[in-house]
Amino acid sequence: MTEFKRLVARYPEGKQKSALLPVLHLAQDSFGGWLPTEAMDYVAVLLNIEPIEVYEVATFYSMYNLKPVGKFVFEVCQTGPCMISGSENIITYIQQQLGIQPGETTKDCLFTLKLVECLGACGYAPMMQVGKIYREHLTKEKVDAIIAEYRTQVAAQN
Amino acid sequence: MGLKLLLEKANVPGIRTYDVYRREGGYSAAEKALKEMTIESIVEEVKKSGLRGRGGAGFPAGMKWSFIAKPEGVPRHLVCNADESEPGTFKDRYLMEFLPHLLLEGLLISSFALGSSDTYIYIRGEYAWVADILEEAIGEATKNGWLGKNILGTGFDCMIHVHRGAGAYICGEETALIESLEGKRGNPRIKPPFPAIQGLWMRPTVVNNVETLAAVVPIIKMGGDEYAKIGVGRSTGTKLISACGNINKPGVYEIDMTISVEDFIYSDEYCGGIANGKKLKACIPGGSSVPILPANLLLKTAKGETRYMNYESLSDGGFATGSMMGSGGFIILDEDQCIVKNTLTLARFYRHESCGQCSPCREGTGWMEKILQKIESGKGEVSDIDLLWDIQRKIEGNTICPLGDAAAWPVAAAIRHFRDEFEWHINNRELSQTSNFGLQHYADPIHVPA
Ligand SMILES: Cc1cc2nc3c(=O)[nH]c(=O)nc-3n(C[C@H](O)[C@H](O)[C@H](O)COP(=O)(O)O)c2cc1C
Ligand code: SF4
Ligand code: FES
Repeated sequence: MTEFKRLVARYPEGKQKSALLPVLHLAQDSFGGWLPTEAMDYVAVLLNIEPIEVYEVATFYSMYNLKPVGKFVFEVCQTGPCMISGSENIITYIQQQLGIQPGETTKDCLFTLKLVECLGACGYAPMMQVGKIYREHLTKEKVDAIIAEYRTQVAAQN
Repeated sequence: MGLKLLLEKANVPGIRTYDVYRREGGYSAAEKALKEMTIESIVEEVKKSGLRGRGGAGFPAGMKWSFIAKPEGVPRHLVCNADESEPGTFKDRYLMEFLPHLLLEGLLISSFALGSSDTYIYIRGEYAWVADILEEAIGEATKNGWLGKNILGTGFDCMIHVHRGAGAYICGEETALIESLEGKRGNPRIKPPFPAIQGLWMRPTVVNNVETLAAVVPIIKMGGDEYAKIGVGRSTGTKLISACGNINKPGVYEIDMTISVEDFIYSDEYCGGIANGKKLKACIPGGSSVPILPANLLLKTAKGETRYMNYESLSDGGFATGSMMGSGGFIILDEDQCIVKNTLTLARFYRHESCGQCSPCREGTGWMEKILQKIESGKGEVSDIDLLWDIQRKIEGNTICPLGDAAAWPVAAAIRHFRDEFEWHINNRELSQTSNFGLQHYADPIHVPA
């Protein structure tokens, strides 16, 4: 709630709707990486706006997930500059290693593969975003290491 | 070494922190502007500098500032456009990541000149860690008296707020950005009214790119006249170029706009030549929206003159034989790249990013993607090329915002310059699935292999 108040305080009195995008990010982070309807309705109450105003926005922006996702979402860039730098091979390799197609989540709910458009890292291609960070200059070896790293991270928590 | 005005200190260890930035002379331009200059004289220096907007359109910044309406009792706002989503462009990210205080200093001076006490940085949502870096820098600047109430005893209050987007290229368009900042979908507004009259919350608003606002710092330091002496013609000052694709040294470079395209690609100071000993096939010199050029038209203009990395020279020849400086996203394609496939990924990008408000853009981008997909997968027909040409022409100029044009131009230029490659694809359905058209007509005219 303190973070919510901090976000809303950035906008003038009566313009609290402006905080909608940042607040939805906050909600998505606290609801396990996606936005169930209850989460969106709650945001509407907090900002004193209609639920439809929240749905409209949540469906427009690509970063909001309206379906559950895995613990780690691999968002691999497929746009021109990344494509000419070898992103297709990386995408195929990730599909093989995780045994899923783009848009799918592994059975253990650890990984989701999502193909996305240019993330502003074209000079460091191929690349993907995982959570808050960018994984750049991807190679098959690097993909292996990243998957192993997250598996170890989860094993350590259990 | 080329002249550096923005990235000069980028490699100083710890320059991201307030203490190091200040020790290296940071905030001295802000001190000068707030204590010694008037609002009018700051705007005048920016006008004299000839600084053109670095977000893509190249509109003179000083002129934009002088348009802002000043109705009595209505707050005004400066909004920094850090949405940076044009494929090939990653210069603003570099600047914010390594020199956050340079941007804040530019924002402070500009906010003072425009009378904005609440200034927003609209940053693309994916740059989450960059937003954190900016927030931290804002905290430091506030603690040291550069932001907050009564800055330097001038009576001027200013706060800078970071606002994260959530994944939508269209929010880089200034009126869509404003809608998004108001908590709505990123649907561009019909202009007029222009943001300078009715922008954020219907208040007078100026939207400028990150690099434009950072450039205000050297302009105030050296004076507009001195800044204008750098570069050539109406391409004054320095420009950040993000270079990517098949080159040896992808990255962000600050250039003086007198360098030739050839030097930029082949010199070790910049791109370091084409990677893996391959040959240059084509280049998209200003972000994915600008026309692609084959090597021969990239290095020399149609008149046979050397082409330079500046606004005028890159657009020499218009769309028939030239391109644009755009956002400075410089994409190099080597001999192994397929123009049809590259164009397809861009068409898919624009279809994905169309906000859907106008039918020529919404429908046209979808059709272009489908037809390109058909040709790329070896199912195309020669008539598809004319159909593509037709569709792009129906989009251009018939939409609310320039995204429609931005989607049409790459397709138009690919057909204009590489029609034979499209035909080859269609006439060699099977072969095109396993091999590329290659260089055939576009062999690098300067660096020909022995
Ligand atoms: C579809 C579209 C996307 C745009 N994306 C950006 C962007 O990511 N960053 C940016 O600074 N300008 C972008 N622009 C240009 C802005 O509308 C606006 O002209 C610019 O922010 C003005 O700043 P400047 O004058 O300093 O360049 C975009 C324009 C369009 C039509
Ligand atoms: S041109 Fe495309 S992106 Fe721009 S307003 Fe129309 S539909 Fe939306
Ligand atoms: S094209 Fe992949 S990050 Fe830009």
